[in-house]
Amino acid sequence: MWAMIVKEFRQVRRDRRTLAMMIVLPILLLVVLGYAASFDVPTITVAAAGPQASSVSGLLRAPFSVVSQEPDQGRDWAQNQLRDGRANVAVVTGGSRPEVLIDGSQLFAARATLAALAKLENTVSPAGTTATAAVASPEVTVLYNPDLNTSDIMIPGLAGVVLVFIGTIITSLGVVRERQSGTLEQLAVMPLRPRDVFLGKIVPYFAVAAVDLAIVLAVGIAVFGVPFRGSPAVFGLGALLFLFVTLGIGVLISSVSQNQGQAIQLAVMTMLPQVLLSGLIFPLSSIAIGVRWIAYLLPLTYFNEISKGVMLRAEPLGPLWLPFTCLAVLGAVVVTAATLRFRRFLAPSRVRSA
Amino acid sequence: MSRAASRPGTDQGAGRWGATEVSVRHEKGLALDRVSFRASAGQVTAVVGGDGAGKTTLLRLLAGALAPDSGVVRRPGARQTGYLPARSGIYPDLTVAENLAFRAAGYGLPAAVARERTAEYLERAGLAEARDRLAGQLSGGMRQKLGVIAAMLPGPELLVLDEPTTGVDPVSRSGLWWLITRAAAAGSAVVLATSYIDEAERAAWVLALDGGRELAAGTPDEIVAGVPGTLREARSRPAGEAGRRAWRRAGRWRVWEPPGAAAAAGPPDEVIQPDLQDAVTIAALARELAGAAA
Repeated sequence: MWAMIVKEFRQVRRDRRTLAMMIVLPILLLVVLGYAASFDVPTITVAAAGPQASSVSGLLRAPFSVVSQEPDQGRDWAQNQLRDGRANVAVVTGGSRPEVLIDGSQLFAARATLAALAKLENTVSPAGTTATAAVASPEVTVLYNPDLNTSDIMIPGLAGVVLVFIGTIITSLGVVRERQSGTLEQLAVMPLRPRDVFLGKIVPYFAVAAVDLAIVLAVGIAVFGVPFRGSPAVFGLGALLFLFVTLGIGVLISSVSQNQGQAIQLAVMTMLPQVLLSGLIFPLSSIAIGVRWIAYLLPLTYFNEISKGVMLRAEPLGPLWLPFTCLAVLGAVVVTAATLRFRRFLAPSRVRSA
Repeated sequence: MSRAASRPGTDQGAGRWGATEVSVRHEKGLALDRVSFRASAGQVTAVVGGDGAGKTTLLRLLAGALAPDSGVVRRPGARQTGYLPARSGIYPDLTVAENLAFRAAGYGLPAAVARERTAEYLERAGLAEARDRLAGQLSGGMRQKLGVIAAMLPGPELLVLDEPTTGVDPVSRSGLWWLITRAAAAGSAVVLATSYIDEAERAAWVLALDGGRELAAGTPDEIVAGVPGTLREARSRPAGEAGRRAWRRAGRWRVWEPPGAAAAAGPPDEVIQPDLQDAVTIAALARELAGAAA
């Protein structure tokens, strides 16, 4: 048995990546999760419209924070603020009763708003002062996800997780398999351009992932009753960009891995933070800023925004420019890096003599 | 435009491929040290040497899988180079026919030509029955044969085969040689690496490598004729200094005497004609003794 133990330790010591993963990962996970794992919403952003818009901020206390006031605007403007993700809550004044619109696609913010409104009413009502008139029995409407269904907000995000899974794990295995079977060298000498090999490698997975996405959406809509209110074209464009990034990451991983085991390890290490930090489980605003920046490097964060925005709030392309741009930039960086790494195997002569 | 033409460190020769003064460095030193070499159309050229001699490195240079650190490699474009890498380059999870179809398409072979050649080569290699079997399920010899016909499929000007017969049974070996000579007869310049020197005797030109350096080069006859000194056969290993110049072969001892050396004392022995294997062994021995003396 002793011989076996010694042999095993020797092997583990040689496999630096596994060793690093065993030591670093638990620490990393603890720190990241410690800062990220929170459903508390520290601030709820409010947009106020109507004649008394300016007095709304005086009435609302933390966690509410009024981010915009437009006395000349009405309900349509307020609703657009929610649709475009500029505020969690909108207050429309000027009617007989103030109207509070809540963005149901931000589940935790919506729940916190409802709880805070209930508390506000309780503390204000007994006093019976004039302030009550403004706040008293506001008409509360939850938009986009009136029943605050978890599945409505999870499924658009889960679609992204499915794509990450296919894109990263399966693609990374596809390329590393060439290396393990010794066929990568054969590919290198064949009259194929690195670009052809790269695209030829990812197109099949692209097609499979697109079919998977369609299935996830169909099941989400048919079985879980998730609405699809926005433009399929905008959604499709987002999915396309997102897939491009994800498949690029897959190829990148396989180009730095010697075998399938390493590829899976790395793929899991990129997937885990995506699932935990992309805003799918914990609201982004709840994640401590020290960890939140990681979220902004992850493609799923942006796809999440796009898919939730399009499916639940029918958000058009315009206000989604930021996530689209970020995905495009991430895609360009990842695909360039992957192609460069690929070249090292596929045109070794050019690289060495350069 | 071919990939090779645009590549520094290579140039297009007219029907004659090879390398001039190529060196390749790796972490532990030189994998190839100023090796020159030529391969002619219609001929089989063999690169021989033991493990770590630099055979694979030289073949990878010729195939375009590696670039030299210095020196010039003359090779046709990628479309005109067929390559059997040391690890056969065959997809184990594709069938025999699928492997060949991928190779044909990758080299841009017209469908009709591909169909015709595939059928012919499979038949000649005795793989026709196995065309729908997964390559991963083939025996070692069958897989090597598949690798060779896959490399031959594009009808390349230069056919580079890294140890096509290693680990292959004698029957399959002769089948492989039949394929190899046929490719040469069809006009390809065939370069193959082998650790079996008897195989190299079939080649028109031989390069023997040792530790990344050229040990001997020429036609097998030239190499044999160039052996210095005398070779004797003895029943037992001679005593003393001559023992260092002796090696066992086919149950007897071969003793090499450098020019000018005194004949070894001991049991009576006879002078024999060296063959290619003796010639390569003597070249290695001479280098080793010269190194020890220096």
